[in-house]
Amino acid sequence: MTEKNTWVLACGADEIDAEDVVRFDYGDRTFSVYRTVDNEYYATDGYCTHERVHLADGLVMGHLIECPKHNGRFDYTTGRAKRKPVCVDLQTYQVKVEGGNVYIAL
Amino acid sequence: MGAQSGKRDYSLTGLEGKRAEERGLVSAQWYTTSIPRQRMKELMKRKDGPAIRDTLIWFGLLIGFGALAVWSWGTWWSVPIFAIYGILYATPGDSRWHECGHGTAFKTAWMNEAVYQIASFMVFRSATPWRWSHSRHHSDTYIVGRDPEILTERPPIWKIIAMQLFHLYGGPVELKRFLLHSFGRIEQHESQYIPVSEYRKTFWEARVYMLILVGTVAASFYVGSLLPMMLVVLPTFYGNALVLLFGMTQHLGLFDDVLDHRLNSRTMYLNPVLRFLYWNMNYHIEHHMFPMVPYHALPALHQEMKGDTPVPSPGLFAALREVIDALLKQRNDPSYTIVRPLPDTARPYMAGLPENPYVRSKINKYMKAG
Repeated sequence: MTEKNTWVLACGADEIDAEDVVRFDYGDRTFSVYRTVDNEYYATDGYCTHERVHLADGLVMGHLIECPKHNGRFDYTTGRAKRKPVCVDLQTYQVKVEGGNVYIAL
Repeated sequence: MGAQSGKRDYSLTGLEGKRAEERGLVSAQWYTTSIPRQRMKELMKRKDGPAIRDTLIWFGLLIGFGALAVWSWGTWWSVPIFAIYGILYATPGDSRWHECGHGTAFKTAWMNEAVYQIASFMVFRSATPWRWSHSRHHSDTYIVGRDPEILTERPPIWKIIAMQLFHLYGGPVELKRFLLHSFGRIEQHESQYIPVSEYRKTFWEARVYMLILVGTVAASFYVGSLLPMMLVVLPTFYGNALVLLFGMTQHLGLFDDVLDHRLNSRTMYLNPVLRFLYWNMNYHIEHHMFPMVPYHALPALHQEMKGDTPVPSPGLFAALREVIDALLKQRNDPSYTIVRPLPDTARPYMAGLPENPYVRSKINKYMKAG
C-alpha cells in the first residue's frame, strides 16, 4: 500500500457470512468483499473481467469466486483467473478489519 | 426497433451483430427473478455425489447395451438394441457435455473436465470452441447476429431440422472443423468468440479427435465390420433424434432479441427417465437465468421461481407441438412469436428494463391472437 491509498469503510465484518461475498459500491466503482471460513477478509473489483457481471451474485467455494453468468472462476485472495471463460486476472485490494468493520485500501 | 418480417442475417460477422450492439442487446443485463441470497447459496451448492452416481449409471448402461449390441450383431435384435445404445450415447452425451461445460455438475473440477472432454468427442463438439460458443449463447441468448447456437432461423430451414434427426447437418460441419483445426486453422465466425489464446488448445484437441476417428475407422477395416464404428463414432448420428427434439424445445418459437429469459426460453415437465437423460435441462428458463445452479438443484430452483415464470409445458410432446405450430406459422410470417402468459404473481415481462417497442408490440399482437 502506498501513501496515496486511503482506507475506506466497506461494511461491517458481520455483514458477510463465512464463505460468502457482498457488494460494495464506492463512487463510480464497485467491489466484491469476501469472508473466508477462517474469518479472513479480501476485496476485489466487483465485475468479472470477462463480462460486466457482478461477482457478488456468484458462489464462494473456499478461496474461489465463481461468476454467476458464465461460471468463470477467480482465486479472490490473489485475483488469479482460474477457470475459463475468464482469462484476465482480477484486481485485488488490501483489507483490514478494525472495530468490527471491514476497510479496503483504495 | 427494425421491422422483423424480412429474412435476417444470422451470421456472426454480418450487420445484425452491430445492430444488436447499437440496441444495447450485447452482453447486457438480463432480468432475474428475486430469490433470497441464503436460498440461492443453498441452490448453488456443489456436490459430487449425484453426478458420480449418474455417470456410473450412464457408463454402466452404455457398457451393458454395448455388450448386448455386440452379441446381437448380425441379427434383427441388433436394431432395437443399437437404437437404445445410440440414444444412451448421444442424449446424455449432449447433456453431460453441457453441464460439465458449465463446471457445475461435479464439485471436483477435474471430474467436470474429464466428463466434458469425453462427452465433447461423443457428440462431435470441439471441446474448447464449443465452450466459448456456449458462453456467448449465455451472454446473448437468441440475439440475432450474436448467438452462435440459434437452432434455426426465421423462417425455419426445414431441411436442416430434418437432417439433424440423424446429425447429418451438424455432424459433417463439425467433422470439417476437426480437420481444419487439426491443421491449425479456424473458421472466420469462430474467431468472433474464441480468444486467440485458446487456439492452440483447440488444435490439439482436434488432433486427438482425428486420431480416435481414424483409429476407429481403421479398426473397422481391420476386423472387416462396421461394428467398431457402430459403437464409437456412428452413435452420434443414429442416436441424435432425442438431442434434436430436446434442443428444439429450448428456445424455438419464442422471442429473439430480448433480455428476459422468460420470453425466450421454455421450461417443460418431463418424466424421471427423460430428466435423467437430459440432466434436468427441461428447466431451461431456470438454467439460463441462474446458470450457476447445478442440474440436480434445478427442480428445487423451479419451485422457487414458478410464481414468476410462465406455466411450463406439460411434456415433451406438448412443447414440440407448440414449437412446430410456431415454426409452421413462421414460414409465412417470420415475426410470429409465442408469448407465454405469466402467472398473476409474476413481475411483468421486461421489468426494470428499457421499454422495448418490438417486444411490446409482439406481446400486444400475439396475446390477443391467443
